[in-house]
Amino acid sequence: MTPILPLLLLTIPGAEGYIYPNEYELHWSIHIVLYPYLTGLVAGAFILASLEKVFNVKVLQPIYRLALITSLAFLIAAPLPLMAHLGHPERSPEMFLTPHTSSAMAMFGFVYAWYLMVVLLLEIWFDYRKDIVIWSRDKKGLIKYVYKVLTLGVTDISERAIAFDQKACKFITVLGIPSAFLLHGYVGFIFGSVKANPWWSSVLMPIVFLFSAIVSGIALVLLVYVITSLVRWRRISMPCLNKLAELLLYAMIIDLSLEMLDFIHRLYESEESIEILSKMISSRLFISLIVTQLLIGSALPVLTLIFARFGRLPDEMRRMFYFIAAILVQVGIFATRWNVVIGGQLFSKSLRGLTTYKLEFFGIEGLLAAVILLLLPVLFLWILAKLLPPWVPEDQPHDTGHRTREVDLPPGSLPSSGTV
Amino acid sequence: MTNSRPESRSPGMARRTFLQNLSAKLPGLIAFFALAKPGKAGADEPGGYDPEQHNYAMGIDIHKCIGCGRCADACKSENNVPRDEHFFRSWVERYVVTTDREAHVDSPNGGIDGFPALPDDTDILRSFFVPKLCNHCVKAPCVQVCPVGATFLSRDGVVLVDESYCVGCRYCIQACPYGARYLHPEKQVADKCTFCYHRLREGLLPACVEVCPTQARVFGEIGHKSSPLHRFLRFNEITQLKPYLNTEPKVYYAGADGEVI
Ligand code: SF4
Ligand code: SF4
Repeated sequence: MTPILPLLLLTIPGAEGYIYPNEYELHWSIHIVLYPYLTGLVAGAFILASLEKVFNVKVLQPIYRLALITSLAFLIAAPLPLMAHLGHPERSPEMFLTPHTSSAMAMFGFVYAWYLMVVLLLEIWFDYRKDIVIWSRDKKGLIKYVYKVLTLGVTDISERAIAFDQKACKFITVLGIPSAFLLHGYVGFIFGSVKANPWWSSVLMPIVFLFSAIVSGIALVLLVYVITSLVRWRRISMPCLNKLAELLLYAMIIDLSLEMLDFIHRLYESEESIEILSKMISSRLFISLIVTQLLIGSALPVLTLIFARFGRLPDEMRRMFYFIAAILVQVGIFATRWNVVIGGQLFSKSLRGLTTYKLEFFGIEGLLAAVILLLLPVLFLWILAKLLPPWVPEDQPHDTGHRTREVDLPPGSLPSSGTV
Repeated sequence: MTNSRPESRSPGMARRTFLQNLSAKLPGLIAFFALAKPGKAGADEPGGYDPEQHNYAMGIDIHKCIGCGRCADACKSENNVPRDEHFFRSWVERYVVTTDREAHVDSPNGGIDGFPALPDDTDILRSFFVPKLCNHCVKAPCVQVCPVGATFLSRDGVVLVDESYCVGCRYCIQACPYGARYLHPEKQVADKCTFCYHRLREGLLPACVEVCPTQARVFGEIGHKSSPLHRFLRFNEITQLKPYLNTEPKVYYAGADGEVI
């Protein structure tokens, strides 16, 4: 903008240049940032769990069940921010009852239900069935009946029945991987298919969403594994942690290259929107995109992971670096979601101006509500872990039989059995 | 901007339409949904009004608009649009093109109170006013994305929102390339121009058309030779907003050039 006619630019506070009058308020708030963030964690954690089952990555066994119930806990929480954001949440069942088939969003209910009911719940049920039957016999009090109900009346734990469970479990996992891809790729599609918005409209969007989901899911399970082990005073399986760190690193490299590709593609195409988008990146999104997402959330953890995984470090140090890297990754992925959702609304569709996002603290769409929504899945995870303990006790080996022995030791006194 | 008349169809059109139809329907087919919502326009109306007989559209003559903002004001009164300066069904923009060919746009309070005087500046090449509203797109992205079918294309060619259905997800607001929609702050549903649908069915003109002192707004029907719109389309160079998005807008501008988006 040249300095001529400054009076034209002063009409709306917080805005710069010209924005359409109806664009003054951002229509999708922080809750819509949470939604792809949470579903990403779900898909990522599940894909990680599948690695153990389908590809027999044995070292990952200590986290298999943990990843599954983490995925479930976050899946239960995922639609809540979406609901909180609706103007009329009481009408949301309409999306199931009279879905408008051309709408990407209408499919949400079906993709979600499929993933929850058919994939995750079934897989968890088959995987835990034997334990549930045993608990329904051994436990006392009310919880006994909870487990009785959870058996769904199938109490046969003969060898043949267990073998069937395992087969079923594997089958569902195979079905589950494309479903996890679908779930998150689909969330990317919701944004990527908005042709009116040049920041979103990209065929790469679902793929970039998918890989960032895998990154965030692996990092989440790593965090949960380290924290729960510390809290329970259990030894962390170092081979497992190393593997997680490796997978995280590889997934990040793929994710970063995809994002680069998207970026270069936009620059190269240099469509009419490029000017306003560059302006947005260099001003409004500088901190959240360049600093938080790229430097703190991507470059730094990648370097940390490389250093920790391939450097000569004692296990304790290595664990700490992994942990820090995983936290940074979460920050980075959250920033990624923020930059997509909020960034996509900071510039006017007139391509002539920028606006700002005014995040309130209280209120249904405020920061406080968002933090609560973000803590809810942690609570769900805690409850689920009580009900369906995902830990691998040394005296009762997990059915598949190939378990590394776990010894009860305080975390400080580790034998250097570490690396693989 | 293209100069395509609404009637014109390029030869590649049939194939394109077919592909588009296919791509629009594919997700539905994959999911095996036979539940498509029936059109909501309903059965034939009492009083002899037959929606099938109409295909409403609007023409706007940029040369005639003086930026008085009476249309935007009348629209708010007629349709109970909140008086706040960030909610509009229809508003007026002022374009000021400077000698360096840069366009500066403003729309204080949607143009309702008129526009502040321009500084005495020799750098100004020209300036003009552009009334904006929902384009009632034939291939409306807002209709496509609405998850519950609350936004729909009526049989008389008007894009409407069913207030009692809208869940307030705001997907349609994101999908509209023209900023034509807002979320009604009290009702918490998406809202936008309806061409004053309640008036049309009484045989009246939209409020904005009726109050315009210069007849910059022309309302009419596509395909009716007797409609004033027909003359308007015939005798003017017509442009539509963002035609490359293939939404097929039904608000036709005369005298708007490439700066207007
Ligand atoms: S102008 Fe916007 S709101 Fe109106 S029909 Fe087109 S896409 Fe929908
Ligand atoms: S806000 Fe209402 S009209 Fe718009 S897409 Fe959502 S449900 Fe449909």
